[in-house]
Amino acid sequence: MNTSLKVSAPQGEKLTLDQIPCFLPAKVIAVQAEADLTQRMAALGLREQCVVQVLRHASFGGPVQVRVGTTEIIMRLKDARQIHLASL
Amino acid sequence: MKTIALIGMPNTGKSTLLNRLTGAHAKVGNWPGLTVSLLSARLMVGDQMAQLIDLPGIYDLNGYSEDEKVVTTYLETQHPDLIVFMMNATQTDRQLNLLSQISAKGIPVVIAMNMSDEAKTLGITIHAEALQAQLGIPVCLMSAKYGQGAEKLQQRMREGLKRGQVSNLNPQQIELAFQDNVQVPAQASHKLTERIDKIMLHPWLGLPIFFGVMLLLFEGVFAIGKPLQDAMNWLFATLRSEALEPLLSGLPSLLQGLLLDGFYNGISTVASFVPLIILFFLFLGVVEDTGYLSRAAFLMDALMAKFGMDGRSFVMLLMGFGCNVPALLGTRVIRSKGLRYLTMLTIPFSLCSARLQVFVLFIAAMFTTEQAPWVLFSLYLMSILMAMLTSMLFKKQYVNVDAFVLEIPPYRFPTFKQMVLKGWQEVRHFLKRTTRFIMLGVLLIWLLTHFPQSATPGSMDTWAGQLSHWMSPLLAPLGINEQLTLALVFGFVAKEVVIGALAVIYGQDGQGLIDAIVQNMDWISAYSFMLFALIYTPCVSTIATIRQETKSWPFTVLSVAWPLCLAWLVSFAFYQTATWLRLG
Repeated sequence: MNTSLKVSAPQGEKLTLDQIPCFLPAKVIAVQAEADLTQRMAALGLREQCVVQVLRHASFGGPVQVRVGTTEIIMRLKDARQIHLASL
Repeated sequence: MKTIALIGMPNTGKSTLLNRLTGAHAKVGNWPGLTVSLLSARLMVGDQMAQLIDLPGIYDLNGYSEDEKVVTTYLETQHPDLIVFMMNATQTDRQLNLLSQISAKGIPVVIAMNMSDEAKTLGITIHAEALQAQLGIPVCLMSAKYGQGAEKLQQRMREGLKRGQVSNLNPQQIELAFQDNVQVPAQASHKLTERIDKIMLHPWLGLPIFFGVMLLLFEGVFAIGKPLQDAMNWLFATLRSEALEPLLSGLPSLLQGLLLDGFYNGISTVASFVPLIILFFLFLGVVEDTGYLSRAAFLMDALMAKFGMDGRSFVMLLMGFGCNVPALLGTRVIRSKGLRYLTMLTIPFSLCSARLQVFVLFIAAMFTTEQAPWVLFSLYLMSILMAMLTSMLFKKQYVNVDAFVLEIPPYRFPTFKQMVLKGWQEVRHFLKRTTRFIMLGVLLIWLLTHFPQSATPGSMDTWAGQLSHWMSPLLAPLGINEQLTLALVFGFVAKEVVIGALAVIYGQDGQGLIDAIVQNMDWISAYSFMLFALIYTPCVSTIATIRQETKSWPFTVLSVAWPLCLAWLVSFAFYQTATWLRLG
């Protein structure tokens, strides 16, 4: 969707929110979604430099539930794929 | 009169606060952005009357959603005298951006930090006085749900209105002030919610529990609602036979018919929905306010996304199996217009309890006891299939523009008062908006089935009978005869009326009616008729609700025309294929 926006992740790391194991805290290094989605995520606390943790995945490839600070959010995997992470 | 606008992110408790302060009983819900149209109420602030306006929950003042446009437009055009900025005290950090956008508008602001009780439980410390001093903006800690701090807020509002002082702060100053005065422990999470979610959102158990909860909800609404609805019908019938009929017996029969079969039936049709709507919202209120509805969206999304919908649509579709009307009202929890319209288009296909009565009679007449459950099951299957087909076909027209990124609130327990208020509010809304439309529909059918005066009411000689006669070339290829067509015309008022109409048309009831049905058609015609009755136009109350909720005639027309076309196609395909295969 947003391949034009290339923000390079730190070397050797290509981690996105849909891939990291549950309960492993990680730092958001880039949100490469469309403007409105990026804005919505930021308003829910999901922005660069924040620490995020995946709580669980829904069955059958459903959404992922994540925690940022004291807020819990659900999003589809295709949207989670836009969030690039670095391990802490 | 001064105006005070309530602004905040979804799920911060703005509606609850409005209810708390004004007793206007605005809708409350534990779902991001439930408040729909602009609710407002009058309130005494100090010695002057002010109007408090509840704006939709928004994430960003420069956002793209419809709600965000509503708020921006409101602020630009209405210039309120004061803004009460509602914050969820447990999640202050992510609301600061919105706060700085609001404070840059040049309007005095009061900050209400709601859910301070929850913040305390989480170990969050807020130094309100120091925060207020540093920001230069009045700050008030409160709990809108339980009422703590409400008086203090009123006092702050009074001061805010009086001073009319605007605080010019840049985002960094705001952030610094909150950093200095709000301490969040490193591990702040809702322990109880975590424990409950481990079970409720379990990869294997989650879905079975969800279906169990839905079944319980459904059973709850209809096991209690159906007898209440019957009681309401009995009440209206008794009132009619014992009081109104003797009272009006002196009037000419035509006027009597108009008053009793026209107006009075219209009123009783509307009234029969009241118990169901109250109960539905009472139960839905629990699901919503506890925070389970957003979890249902999580559980069902994998399946529903394929049809352009999400888990919330599924909950409403399921509720439609009881009665389409409250399910349509319930779609208000969906904030995206496209998704909401798509859901509303599919709900009328849900085989509601009124249609079930008709099918039970036909199935009992035409099929053996062994076949009966399977026939009924096939109709339920068709109902779901039609909803999914419609969704697939229209998902390009009604695109869900809102991203599926939802907040999952911690589990909360709604107060009984909140729930009852909500049920009552919905009923009031329904009565106010739909009564006229339903009355009109009922009157129209009365007119069609009682004129010309020379004809026996409800017979084939009436205008409705003639209409059926004209329509017969259209419905004959479906195996639906003129008498059944006339019954379908009646069914427009309410689907269960079809049985009563058939009784009038065939001049039989009870076993006599069943015999008449058996004599007049084979099973293929009967099944084709049932398919048609399942899919064709929604009943007048459903149409009235769609019109009320969308305020769009084109959409209302579509929601009538599309099922009618689909019903014809499906029945035609079934009847022609079955006859061709000589299954009869």
